Amino acid sequence: MVTMTALEEELSRIAGAVLDPELPVLTLAELGVLRGVQVTGPGRVEVSLTPTYTGCPAVEAMSSDIERALHEHGVPDVSVVTVLAPAWSTDDISEEGRRKLAEFGVAPPRPQGPAGGPVPLTLAIRCPHCGSTDTELLSRFSSTACKALRRCTACREPFDHFKEL
Amino acid sequence: MSSTPDTHETATFTGAALALGDDALILSHRLGEWAGSAPVLEEEVALANIALDLLGQARILLSLVGDEDELAYLREERSFRNVQLAEQPNGDFAHTIARQLYFSTYQHLLYGRLASGDGPFAGLAAKAVKEVAYHRDHAEHWTLRLGDGTTESHERMQRACDALWRYTGELFQPVEGLDVDHAAMESAWLASMTDILGKATLTVPSGPRTGAWAAGAGRQGLHTESFGRMIAEMQHLHRSHPGATW
Repeated sequence: MVTMTALEEELSRIAGAVLDPELPVLTLAELGVLRGVQVTGPGRVEVSLTPTYTGCPAVEAMSSDIERALHEHGVPDVSVVTVLAPAWSTDDISEEGRRKLAEFGVAPPRPQGPAGGPVPLTLAIRCPHCGSTDTELLSRFSSTACKALRRCTACREPFDHFKEL
Repeated sequence: MSSTPDTHETATFTGAALALGDDALILSHRLGEWAGSAPVLEEEVALANIALDLLGQARILLSLVGDEDELAYLREERSFRNVQLAEQPNGDFAHTIARQLYFSTYQHLLYGRLASGDGPFAGLAAKAVKEVAYHRDHAEHWTLRLGDGTTESHERMQRACDALWRYTGELFQPVEGLDVDHAAMESAWLASMTDILGKATLTVPSGPRTGAWAAGAGRQGLHTESFGRMIAEMQHLHRSHPGATW
């Protein structure tokens, strides 16, 4: 295990506090896409980022936002690299992140647990507006690849559900 | 410099990356052609999202072996290594769904196997297999709705499944550099088709998938008639304005 220096921890906090461009209530740390921050030389930092989806166009915006945040903190040379393995999972979204998603009107993904482990109970997807568990699927793909479109049969409001991945 | 084995290894890796990358790129472009003309808004969004996932795979795979833009926009028809199924025209919505059903089931099986190995594509496959599961799910649900729907939707779905059947043998021709059991994959694919088409009250097509009457030399660079027109449209902007950016 690589231990972080105090400086790396500080830079990691700054990079992790950058907001997701698509879901601007969530930080990159809460989304679980920040994989590491390494000081590779004087004034030089490398940040590892993992995409939620392979084709997620938000990665480019995230990279430039991280670069800007670290530049503002006085790091002149920032490079952001994309790493694929281990693959990101919706289980990487923090508890706080899930709470914020629901507050924002997006039903959070249900926990999946480790692959090959015990099969979790299939929990109902709760309407983020009225809290009813009586919801139906309208479309498997919604405004972005990571969301499905559902409708609440109680309050009749449509809403996005962050799909389990 | 030690030459032959390394050179061969590089060529094998390049060939495999192009095969996987071109499948994703070409199918992504076909799906993108639905933008603005899908039957309902939800499908417009769904097909575009599936296309985006595939484009993401293509970018990663092509970047492994060269410049992604040069490979996508400057190669000639004969240099593309995608299976002929991926390039087949969209046809009606049933044709697009049949193509999705055949392809996403194959891709899910392939990526699942690549992900559990330790080859150079394991990382990408482990990521993409979870996305492709949603593509397959989408295609299966539409197959059920259309097959077990109205008389017309049933007929159209059957026609589409029959028409594209001859392109499915090529999916299981071994690709050098992909360490998977293609024969076992084909059995699993056929079992899956028998199951889903049966549930959709459709008949498993009986036409040839292999042999003289089957199609499929895309991996060798031979493509069907509509492919040239498709890449002409795909490459037009880049070729007319080299290096253009948004």
